Amino acid sequence: MSTPTDFLLWVRGPGFDIALVIFLIGVIIRLLEVLVLGRKPDLAEARGTEMGPGLRTVFTRTLPESGSMKRSPFTVVGGYVWHIGFLICLFLFVPHIELINSTLGVKWPGLPSNLVDAVAAVTIVTLLAMLFSRLNHPVKRFLSGPEDYLTWLVTFLPMLTGYLAYHRMIDPYPLVLGLHILSVEVLMVVFPFTKLMHAFTFIFARWYNGAMAGRRGVQS
Amino acid sequence: MADEMMRFTQTLGESLRERGVSRRGFLKFCTATASMMALPPTMVPAIAAALEKARRPSVIWLSFQECTGCTESLTRSHSPTVENLIFDHISLDYHHTLQAAAGEAAEAAREAAMHENEGKYLVVVDGSIPLANPGFSTIAGVSNLQMLEETVKGAAAVVAVGTCAAFGGLPHANPNPTGAVSVSDIVKDKPVVNVSGCPPIPTVITGVLAHFLTFGELPELDHLGRPMTFYGQSIHDRCYRRPFYDKGLFAETFDDEGARKGWCLYRLGCKGPMTYNACATTRWNQGTSWPVESGHGCLGCSEPNFWDTGGFYNALSIPDSDITRNIGAVVAGGVVLGAAAGALNRSKRASAAAKHETVTIDDLDKTS
Repeated sequence: MSTPTDFLLWVRGPGFDIALVIFLIGVIIRLLEVLVLGRKPDLAEARGTEMGPGLRTVFTRTLPESGSMKRSPFTVVGGYVWHIGFLICLFLFVPHIELINSTLGVKWPGLPSNLVDAVAAVTIVTLLAMLFSRLNHPVKRFLSGPEDYLTWLVTFLPMLTGYLAYHRMIDPYPLVLGLHILSVEVLMVVFPFTKLMHAFTFIFARWYNGAMAGRRGVQS
Repeated sequence: MADEMMRFTQTLGESLRERGVSRRGFLKFCTATASMMALPPTMVPAIAAALEKARRPSVIWLSFQECTGCTESLTRSHSPTVENLIFDHISLDYHHTLQAAAGEAAEAAREAAMHENEGKYLVVVDGSIPLANPGFSTIAGVSNLQMLEETVKGAAAVVAVGTCAAFGGLPHANPNPTGAVSVSDIVKDKPVVNVSGCPPIPTVITGVLAHFLTFGELPELDHLGRPMTFYGQSIHDRCYRRPFYDKGLFAETFDDEGARKGWCLYRLGCKGPMTYNACATTRWNQGTSWPVESGHGCLGCSEPNFWDTGGFYNALSIPDSDITRNIGAVVAGGVVLGAAAGALNRSKRASAAAKHETVTIDDLDKTS
């Protein structure tokens, strides 16, 4: 690990393999240990179907609950901006699509790099503002534990290092690119064991909420 | 001999005039040099004045574990331009390939140049230095290491020309059988300029020498000891194919439609994003073309360890292991572990249910 290039070769080689193993095994264990448990059979007579309302709820809960926009507009808008920005940077930046294409063999059209760059800047600023709000809002601060700050950090670092790498703000380039990849690997390792799992579990949780209400014939 | 002496004491200006280079041609060269070194136009007269008066500095060129490609690049591709004359107008006192002298006489010339120009001469090195066994590369029975240490002792500065001299290059490639190292691994007490490339661009070598003649000092260097002027920007950032990268338009093979349309060569393993060099702007063979323009990705030849970065046709930022196979194995392992964890949870729940004691109103009455 004597040169920045050696560092880059490590993070994109053995480092990535290690992170991928932990990420995949962790996510699968976390999902299966809940899903295998199943639920108690509901012996009551069903008043409606489960599948339709369940699937609908997966999507409808993507929209803010009525009234929450009035109560905490900053949290709602900030949450949308940074989630959408993060997903755009992750999945619509051409080099990322290239990475996925050359490893998994699937590809899709990307957005112009300059546009993604602007989105990244907005996302980074939003993440900083969200942290600021979390630290300053008495209720949010009271509700926040170490895990909340850890997950913020491991989400923020890939955005920051990616921005620095794209603009070559740290010299030499293999070092900053290596740091970017490493920060993503840290995110992958932390992911299954923290609330970041919501990226997978939200589907099951929402489906269950919808399905349960559907079975009882009530609105979800 | 008298002629030879006169030539030696001539200034560069006198020497150029004698060779029929016009004032106009000379100033054109100075302007080109100024723009190449990213200096303002107001510096052109200063460069002209300094070069005009410059005495030919003595240059000793040492060739170690190398392929002579650096010398070939320098001598062939720029002859007979004014850059070549500049090179002709330093006093190249020792160079294996270019000198007429051989054997004892050659070594004597090197020693004489060192003696006469103590503390003022430039040492140019191409090739790496083997440390595993001094016998791997010797000149006149002297090991490369010994010759370098001896010659550098009285030098003003050292220019490591080519990736072998700058970073170890091909001889340094894994498993490095000769224990090859770069010049800067050995020379610690003199300024070392790395003019990397395999080979380096001739104009860059002459540019570094022109800078030394003009300012009497070496140019500003990057973190790898390379002149910022030429190695300050990546190939990728100056590549004329860059817009295709930003749009996601890539050549998939060397002869598909994308290749014919001149799209980005990233998928074919281009190392442009990692590589700092002036190819995209100065080009090769008197500005004719450069690797990416001729349809092949950049190999990253001006970067350390470019031979060992996972293949010329693989992009450096993409994981090199068999990801799909790994994912298959890991998912299978994860499912087994996950099922085991699930089973464990189920049995926990079952045993909790089994151990659960039902409490009736009567039981509560009894205890209270």
